[in-house]
Amino acid sequence: MKKLLKIFSALLLICSLNTLSFAAEKVDYLKTDWSFKGLFGKFDRAALQRGYQVYTEVCASCHSMKYLSYRNLAEKGGPEFPEDQAKAIAASFEVTDGPNSDGEMFTRPGKLSDKFVMPYENVKAAQAANGGAYPPDMSVLVKARGGGVDYIYSLLQGYEEAPSGMTLDDGVHYNKYMYGNKIRMSAPLSDGLVEYGDGTTATVEQMSKDVTTFLMWAAEPHLEARHQMGFKAIIYLIILTILVYFSMKKIWSRVESEV
Amino acid sequence: MSDHDYRPKSKVGQWFNDRLPLLTLANHLTDYPTPKNLNYWWTFGGILTFCLITQIVTGLTLAMHYIAHADMAFESVEHIMRDVNYGWLIRYIHANGASMFFLAVYIHIFRSLFYGSYKSPREIIWILGIIIYLLMMAAAFMGYVLPWGQMSFWGATVITNLFSAIPLVGEGIVTWLWGGYSVDNPTLTRFFTLHYLIPFLILGLVVLHIWALHVPGNNNPVGIDIKKPSKDTVPFHPYIVIKDGFALLMFMIVFAFFVFYSPNILGHADNYIEANPMVTPAHIVPEWYLLPFYAILRSVPDKLLGVVAMLSAILILAVLPWLDTSKIRSAVFRPLYKQFYWILVADVLILGYVGAMPAEGLYLLIARVATAYYFLHFLVILPVLGFKEKTLPVPLSITEPVLGGSLNLATARQKESKIE
Repeated sequence: MKKLLKIFSALLLICSLNTLSFAAEKVDYLKTDWSFKGLFGKFDRAALQRGYQVYTEVCASCHSMKYLSYRNLAEKGGPEFPEDQAKAIAASFEVTDGPNSDGEMFTRPGKLSDKFVMPYENVKAAQAANGGAYPPDMSVLVKARGGGVDYIYSLLQGYEEAPSGMTLDDGVHYNKYMYGNKIRMSAPLSDGLVEYGDGTTATVEQMSKDVTTFLMWAAEPHLEARHQMGFKAIIYLIILTILVYFSMKKIWSRVESEV
Repeated sequence: MSDHDYRPKSKVGQWFNDRLPLLTLANHLTDYPTPKNLNYWWTFGGILTFCLITQIVTGLTLAMHYIAHADMAFESVEHIMRDVNYGWLIRYIHANGASMFFLAVYIHIFRSLFYGSYKSPREIIWILGIIIYLLMMAAAFMGYVLPWGQMSFWGATVITNLFSAIPLVGEGIVTWLWGGYSVDNPTLTRFFTLHYLIPFLILGLVVLHIWALHVPGNNNPVGIDIKKPSKDTVPFHPYIVIKDGFALLMFMIVFAFFVFYSPNILGHADNYIEANPMVTPAHIVPEWYLLPFYAILRSVPDKLLGVVAMLSAILILAVLPWLDTSKIRSAVFRPLYKQFYWILVADVLILGYVGAMPAEGLYLLIARVATAYYFLHFLVILPVLGFKEKTLPVPLSITEPVLGGSLNLATARQKESKIE
């Protein structure tokens, strides 16, 4: 058993070494308490709803979120807007549909089953409107960046005056958390930019946290289900392991050998 | 083997077994005499079988929803993650399952290296294992291409481009592999096809691997030939079944932790960016399990020689039974080999580490030294050691003390636990 524990800890050590080697390029990101981290991590429902507001009023003018549908907004584990509210949100967007029986494309109000309407027709149009830089799709953005939520959260608050000696081209901004410190996006948030319905003060910090929480959910819509199932699965495995351990001891007691 | 005269009790059983001796096979598998001193390092064979089955079952399910097309692959993976019932679970098990599979196979291989399991009469088992390992790498590499993220695309570009190092025909081979002039849709569809095929080839080879194992029987920590069945052995069922089951459950706890609590930690963030032939990622790194070989590849300044070095690093293992000249199997009785063994383990870990780092400056130097040592270990140290090393006296059986000596199992065990 002692030996087994050694093997088990060796396994964990190897795993953590692997993790370490990837975390080598650590940057000191701004830290905040994320409610969705940890064994029982869950999203803060109010933060998700506020985050959606920031996304739709600020980010969505340039950033698409093409893998999400309006129905997701009402689904369990997400912002959980009441269904009629989600329907109203969907209906506030114009969706191109068709062709109809005359062969014409037409627009209609959005439905729950529609994907989030994109701000631009295509990548080229997005680039043309943004000085050549493509505002990345935000559906899985959190998972597509090394620092994850901490990176996005920091980046949104990382705009500063460029240090002296650094020359920035027209339309380029300094951000201390951006890779290479140069970013095309101008500081998207400013205090009081949105007006939260629940009375929360819309500071840059607050909005950054809310919208990052929303982006995390967008990238991992089943995170809550995953955490809940994970806990059950691991408890189940541990109990089963203990039972099997004692069965094994019993069986092996018939022979002169240790396990 | 002694159990081939098995006769089923029932008439129907006899009738069936005379025509297809499946019951004889089942009886052989349950009664299979196994050394009773096997430690937990021996449980990874069973764990690997579990990994293979898990990959096949989850893979089949994923293939029902995945679309192998350059324009739709990335989206179809997101569809699996969002809209397929428990699709996120199946995909995370499959993606992390690959890592767990390699973790287990590396432990399995290094167990074999420590206890000399590759030596006569088990060379064929070992070589089959190396072929399985090669196929695993091919399957894992092609599987990583399927989500069609940035690392998929650029990893595929880098690895397939290696073939261009072959003189004269290299460029032609690369075009043939790609099915075009760059990694594109034809590459994706053929990788998908092969990724689907290879696990079944592996399954077939695993059957041969186990078959070949059942001819001489298991090696054991003492590394001596034992009489089977005897006081030194226990029947596979229930003794080994329950022990393997217990170890498998421990392994599954680690596995579950990755799947449920850090499913993306072993992957690269760039693979959540859809493939874009116009944008090259800052660092192109393979999955962690291929890093040691990637380090060897990059440590050689010449492209062709780099590829040769990388392939030799794997193929050299196939001739290992003949490179190791020592007649003693277990490192427990080889004081010098034991030390070199741990140096090799450290060497491979170092190679893995520098493989993840940029190939420049100190990292490159370390990679070169570690690469040189890797080959030195197999080509010089092992052959010489067999002649020079003064080995410890080996017991005659697992249960009985050595003839005329004081070293018995207890002392052997003691020594064994010291080195761990």
